[in-house]
Amino acid sequence: MYLASTGAVAQGDPAAAKAPEQSEARRGRVAGPVLALGAVSLVTDISSEMVTAVLPLYFVLQLGLSPLQFGFLDGLYNGVTALVRLAGGYAADRGGRHKLVAGGGYALSALSRLGLLLAGGATAGIGAALAADRIGKGVRTAPRDALISLSSPPDALGRAFGVHRAMDTTGALLGPLAAFALLWATADAYDAVFVVSFCFGLLGVLMMMAFVPSQPHQTHPPRTGTPSESGSVAEPRGKALDLLRVPAFRRILGAAALLGAATIGDAFLYLLLQRRLDFAISWFPLLPLGAAAVYLLLAIPAGRLADRTGRRVPFLAGHAALLGGYVLLLAPTEGWPLLIGVLLLLGVFYAATDGVLMALVTPVVARERRASGMAVLQTGQALARLVAAAGFGAAWTLWGVGPALTCACVALTAALAGAAVLLPRTERQP
Amino acid sequence: MTSLPSAGPRSLRARIIAVAVAAAVLAGVAVAYTLHASQRAQSADTASEFGLDRGHLYFRSTEAGAGRVARLPAPGEAAARRIGTARTAVTSRKPSRTTGGPSCERFYAAAGTALCLQRRAGIPPKSYAAVLDGHLREKRRISLTGIPNRARVSASGRMLSWTMFATGDSYAGSSFSTRTSILDTRTGYLIKNMEEIPLTIEGRRYHAPDVNYWGVTFAEDDNRFYATVSTKGKTYLVRGDMKKWAATALRTNAECPSLSPDNTRIAFKKRVREGTQDPWRLYVLDLRTMRERPLAERRSVDDQAAWLDDGTLAYALPGEDGRKQDIWSTPADGSGKPTLRVRGGSSPAAVR
Repeated sequence: MYLASTGAVAQGDPAAAKAPEQSEARRGRVAGPVLALGAVSLVTDISSEMVTAVLPLYFVLQLGLSPLQFGFLDGLYNGVTALVRLAGGYAADRGGRHKLVAGGGYALSALSRLGLLLAGGATAGIGAALAADRIGKGVRTAPRDALISLSSPPDALGRAFGVHRAMDTTGALLGPLAAFALLWATADAYDAVFVVSFCFGLLGVLMMMAFVPSQPHQTHPPRTGTPSESGSVAEPRGKALDLLRVPAFRRILGAAALLGAATIGDAFLYLLLQRRLDFAISWFPLLPLGAAAVYLLLAIPAGRLADRTGRRVPFLAGHAALLGGYVLLLAPTEGWPLLIGVLLLLGVFYAATDGVLMALVTPVVARERRASGMAVLQTGQALARLVAAAGFGAAWTLWGVGPALTCACVALTAALAGAAVLLPRTERQP
Repeated sequence: MTSLPSAGPRSLRARIIAVAVAAAVLAGVAVAYTLHASQRAQSADTASEFGLDRGHLYFRSTEAGAGRVARLPAPGEAAARRIGTARTAVTSRKPSRTTGGPSCERFYAAAGTALCLQRRAGIPPKSYAAVLDGHLREKRRISLTGIPNRARVSASGRMLSWTMFATGDSYAGSSFSTRTSILDTRTGYLIKNMEEIPLTIEGRRYHAPDVNYWGVTFAEDDNRFYATVSTKGKTYLVRGDMKKWAATALRTNAECPSLSPDNTRIAFKKRVREGTQDPWRLYVLDLRTMRERPLAERRSVDDQAAWLDDGTLAYALPGEDGRKQDIWSTPADGSGKPTLRVRGGSSPAAVR
């Protein structure tokens, strides 16, 4: 379906294509480039989640690394990603090279699978392959989200991001299943997982090259009539930091960072669930799949709702759902209600916040700054979450589970109140 | 849409065909490689070609017959040194090295009993502890969760213990969580997770939700044992008692203890550096004087050392090029220097 729709847009001149695209959006369809990007993300996520799912096993069982070494490698590169992301956003904005930068990121991640294969067990080689994968991931995210925002009419942004995230999550769900099925079929041949992952990654790059237009906005002048805050149309040229002079952007960044700093991290939530319910640890990897399934189902409805009510409300409500998850873990809930409740609330949290935040920030960042703006926002949120996870880990160790969780509840409640004040209210909807 | 060729639908068709062809080729590569890999794995899981015999060094091979238990006749120290120097002799299949054992992730054996920790892929993956008899035939199989880490059999072959890393939380950061089990093969009594054992630290009963045990080693009486416990960021060496079901901390900073055959000393790894860069060093603790002595091995050893005899310890280290693992040995009194025992092996166990 998306192929035909891409073609229709590609045929005519962009100005003419804009009108039917917008009317399509009103009928509940999404622009061709968004579907193409969604398909690329789907295939790429199968590739990357395959590897993510088996790497711990590969390191510890096959190579004999200790979890400490693995944790170190992992943490190191997660930190690097934040900086790379900013660079990717900036590079994409310079001359509108979104497709080139994002495609380069996808290609680098795909090639890193071959690196894992060739490294055998050499720690340095594995480190380099992991770094390449993380850099690729960091580089591509902001230009890709900018492409989605640039390809969609302003009143359908929430839905566009919802569709993209739903497709992305489908890939994330299929990846681990594919990986474990492969390991099962080949009696633990990790190299087969890497090869198949590389094939999926390369397919994603080819699809990107073939079906994603590079500069959907090139012939459009910046549209000053976009519903936005007064400060939204920033100077097209200048330093990336100028973004911070836009009041609405600053407030959104502040709210995202504040809420991020009260988000303790999924790993901890899953661990708490495991402790409370005491199920077999072999089921542990399936917990994220449960939350992802909820995310997948709700991403599009949440995006549509955001388009209708304004994106502020779902974004706050999503964090309120997360708070509900914390409270559920503190309350004397037991058994299935606890498990289903927490996974459901976590899925709602992601559905109502992840894509919605990008839709929320789109109108306040000029088109020429879109990728940089999204990169700054994503980096700010990621760093805040890093701090929150470390803080929660420390609180857990020092005071025990109960007090740490209570602290998290208080912090999130305060952050919600702060964010409600900070987030701009004036987002008008047609 | 400036990047798209202007020809429109025809070029779109061309692009669809190009991507479809590429997808077919990639699918072909993926399927072919997977088939190749699954054929390669056919030979695993067959019966062992040898049993447990005195005077042999058993280990998990990471070279020929990777993943399966192999054995070598245990030579004297001089002979070992000769093999260690003549690298070419050990890299390929030496006549004395037999690799037809059971397939295990971790292995240990003593006096006619072997413990083989296995992991089987699947959704979700499963782990097992297999108890093997003197012919390395399976006697009992216990279903477990997590990633196999430590395995020990008491000198008499009666008491078995093993440690699994709990997946999920293990990889969240630099901390990890463990489950340690103890099995009495005579009574069949199994303690799946020893975390609830009453623990005394500095004379006080200690309660904390974050205790983790690993690396249990049993004494000759099959009752007394030593283990590592970690809590609140510290590790302790504890002495345990099966009959009383109690454990007492003896000292801090001692992981993965291993009791000498004469029961007078404990080999352990001590954290000598914070962080992840070469954090450990092997020490031997005299249980009578409680004095420790570093061994000649200066590299960071992340393994529960195994006593080959009262004077020699063996342990696994990553290979020189970072690949696989090699088994090294070093004198237990801190003298001499480390010797490469087995190239491409881990989980050493000397059956005496």
